[in-house]
Amino acid sequence: MTAAFAAVLRRDLLVALRRKGDALNVLIFFVIVASLFPLGTGAEPGQLRTMAAGVIWVGALLAALLSLPRLFAADLADGTLEQMLVSAQPLPAVVAAKVAAHWLSTGLPLALIAPVLGLQYGLPGDALRVLLWAVLLGTPVLSLIGAAGAALTLGVRGAAVLTGLLVLPLCVPALVFGAGALTASLSGLAPGPHLSLLGALLAVSLPLGLWAACAALRVALD
Amino acid sequence: MLNANGLSCERGDRQLFAGLSLALEAGGLARLLGANGSGKTSLLRILAGLTRPAAGEVRWRGERIGDLAEEYGRELAYIGHAPALKDELTVAENLAFAARLAGIVASGAQLEAALEVLGMATRAALPARVLSQGQKRRVSLARLALPGAPALWLLDEPFAALDEDGIGRVRALTEAHLARGGMLVLTSHQDVPVAAGSIQTVTLGA
Repeated sequence: MTAAFAAVLRRDLLVALRRKGDALNVLIFFVIVASLFPLGTGAEPGQLRTMAAGVIWVGALLAALLSLPRLFAADLADGTLEQMLVSAQPLPAVVAAKVAAHWLSTGLPLALIAPVLGLQYGLPGDALRVLLWAVLLGTPVLSLIGAAGAALTLGVRGAAVLTGLLVLPLCVPALVFGAGALTASLSGLAPGPHLSLLGALLAVSLPLGLWAACAALRVALD
Repeated sequence: MLNANGLSCERGDRQLFAGLSLALEAGGLARLLGANGSGKTSLLRILAGLTRPAAGEVRWRGERIGDLAEEYGRELAYIGHAPALKDELTVAENLAFAARLAGIVASGAQLEAALEVLGMATRAALPARVLSQGQKRRVSLARLALPGAPALWLLDEPFAALDEDGIGRVRALTEAHLARGGMLVLTSHQDVPVAAGSIQTVTLGA
């Protein structure tokens, strides 16, 4: 089981490494979205600080969404997905590895660049640290919910838009607690409870997301 | 070993086949014949456990394949129309991954030997992207030549896109598998004779 996880993770990271453009596009999209808001709303420092949390989180959410359609569609098209379903390996281990690879190639870079974007909004050091933690905890939730969404819309016409319609509402809790942590930190409150709730959300979405994605994949290939 | 009882399959409103039974013992070969769209691929997918039949059941060593899950996967090699190769990876990397997925840990030399059986050893370092259809087919079939290959092979048009040399190699590979007591179900439009202890022909859409 761990061998299957390692093999799929290794392969997906290798593919991502050889298609750097895909991951880079997501990152650039995030940077551009987060940079457009100060340009559009004016550079009043107080106003920027209050909207920083929401803007950065929505930007990260949309950027993560961009990368979802390829998660299973490429494997479906070349027949690898079929092989994964009839393989000697448990499907949840395979799907978990795919989600982990997706997070490492999109979620982690988003989390690492978020504090840099935070500087643009004049966030103080403490808030930047909270932002980093919140995005680090929140992006795996997006990958897990996204995997279930991508699996449900597999092979459907207009899958990209449909995935968005399915996944975005489910990401509301992550958005609320993620942005809440930053807002709390800015107003001098402890961000801990929000981060704990984000962690709890991750713990819940891990089994649920994997289970839903596995079930949806079996139906999609029936 | 492999028993299918009263299988029927529906696609949309159309019934492709009904009441189909099949029994395969060690060293046995089952050939699925029929026109395009008669349900050959659907039957193979049902036997592989990918598609649920509308009625009937498939048993492997007496147990329902749905209950066996990965245990069945360990004894099964299903090679469908799509080559299951990643364009970004090299031939050797693709084969190594296919082996891992099948639960086989193969050394570099074993991977190369398997590619050599299909005449692809000199292409091992090429990305799959640059291969022709026939070469892709050879690479996806190469995992059958690895040591520890499973007992039951379900091959969908294994000779499609192959040249004479390729057909000869795949034929030799399948015959050696059957001679070892393996089982093979294949669909093919080409009339390639494969020698086996027992051969049964299932004609669909008749």
